[in-house]
Amino acid sequence: MISWLLTPLSYGFMQRGLLAAIMVGILCAIIGCYVVLRSMAFLGDALAHAILPGIAVAYLLNGNLTVGALVAAIAVAIGIGFFSRQGTIKEDTAIGILFTAALALGVALISSIRTYAVDLSHILFGNLLGVGVTDLVLTGGLGLLVLLAVVLLYNQFLVISFDPVLSATLRLPTELLRNLMLVLLAITIVISLQTVGVGLVAAMLVTPAATAYLLVRRLPAMMLLSAGIGAVSSIIGLYVSYYINIASGSAIVLTATLIFVVVYLFSPRRRSWRALFSRSKGPSSISHE
Amino acid sequence: MGANHHSYFLEVSLPERTPIPLTKETARLDINNIYVGYNGQVVLDNLSFQVPHGARVAVVGPNGAGKSTLFKALVGLLPLKSGHIFIHGLPLGHHLDCVAYVPQREEVEWHFPVTVMDVVMMGRFGHLGWLKRPGKRDREIVAHSLELMGISNLAGQSIGDLSGGQQQRVFLARAIAQEPHILLMDEPFTGIDIATQETTLALLDQLQTEGVTVMVSTHDLNMASQRFGTILLINHTLVAYGPPQQVLAPQPVRKAFGDHVLSLEGGLLVDECCPPEEHLHQEGL
Repeated sequence: MISWLLTPLSYGFMQRGLLAAIMVGILCAIIGCYVVLRSMAFLGDALAHAILPGIAVAYLLNGNLTVGALVAAIAVAIGIGFFSRQGTIKEDTAIGILFTAALALGVALISSIRTYAVDLSHILFGNLLGVGVTDLVLTGGLGLLVLLAVVLLYNQFLVISFDPVLSATLRLPTELLRNLMLVLLAITIVISLQTVGVGLVAAMLVTPAATAYLLVRRLPAMMLLSAGIGAVSSIIGLYVSYYINIASGSAIVLTATLIFVVVYLFSPRRRSWRALFSRSKGPSSISHE
Repeated sequence: MGANHHSYFLEVSLPERTPIPLTKETARLDINNIYVGYNGQVVLDNLSFQVPHGARVAVVGPNGAGKSTLFKALVGLLPLKSGHIFIHGLPLGHHLDCVAYVPQREEVEWHFPVTVMDVVMMGRFGHLGWLKRPGKRDREIVAHSLELMGISNLAGQSIGDLSGGQQQRVFLARAIAQEPHILLMDEPFTGIDIATQETTLALLDQLQTEGVTVMVSTHDLNMASQRFGTILLINHTLVAYGPPQQVLAPQPVRKAFGDHVLSLEGGLLVDECCPPEEHLHQEGL
């Protein structure tokens, strides 16, 4: 058993891959709590696809791909915030327009690059085993920055998510905080690319957080549990991918999904879970205390 | 919970609060010719009134008269198209913590994983600086607010698991924790049990002794006339403002409610078609 666990770690690329997968798993799971609670899953998926043109442009200019992705993701995040701000069009419509446009631009740019086919599949599905030391440092640094913001602005993010009306009466800069949250989400998605890729990052954002939501009743507990589930999914998924030789990103996502299904079947909170999905505004029953 | 609750409630006093400066100003809340609207529709049209220090005002009017819109304008949730709102003689936005607003219950994300304690603690966020954690005093105030509303035993409950009346108490407790100088409550008496209604009214009594100015919107004209010293009757614009016997008289009521008023022997019958409940009000003359 021990050797079963240790053998893969004798390879440097597996060590780095595991470390990256754990960091990304934790980070996605924590930001994912807000994604789930604020119903931003579609937005997360859209942001992930919207970074393609950034990567393509960075590649064409021989720049850093991560920086290119980051710039594109933040630009799209702010663009969505801007278009949906005045309420002229709904947020999901704004997302639909911008994300497909960015994706189309990305594909157009990439199709002009002949030799890019292999790298493109890495962007779409991740390349965990190709994580270098620089990637690790970048992931760790940006990840810490995101976590720091989540911890320091906990009160503010809680209020703008739970009760926008209170947030306005407290004169919180709601727009600014909302955009900041989008930027944090964008950063998280970009550093997740190497692990699970554009196609699967939404799962890492949503699945562990949704699993944790089924089990606990406070946001800090939900974040910690979600982080734990994200990390465990990453570890199990990576080992599974090593031993049965499947793509690591999909192994991680499938592990997280399996944990979700098991928890869902035994969850005491299935009723409130349904409430979350039907976006019900809670019990309308009249009290008979 | 229940009947005992009321008497218990009156014995509890609020923790030491920030003293309210009793300056020489004539009105604490001064609404001057405001126009408010959205989607190209004018909801409040040239509305003006003044609320003096410590007054207790019931805001009444037909459905869609702009009661909620007025409250949202007062807390800065809706911009004014024109006109001015002064609080303590200063324009809106100067007083960060002094206005607390209890919205209609439909406006909150009930599925959120927060406990009753968490929600009430949010009332303290306005007093906390950015990046600060609640301290001992904040926790004391939250504990007192919970006690005052008789929900200390629910502190660890998920907000989504509560009944309508309990949720109402949580949001009142949060408003108290804000230590407001002005408290605005939108339809607090709709869809709640009698015990919570009485607790709410007793809370208003207590707040009045402390000099807190209170504005409450309601469909219940009877309660407005019996439990409030001042009535603001609006229908997009001001219809009448003053003591109940003056405002809830046949003429202004008919002016505001129009076809929904029926003159009966010895009273007026106001019949609104759509509010969630309280369809009928018998109003004595």
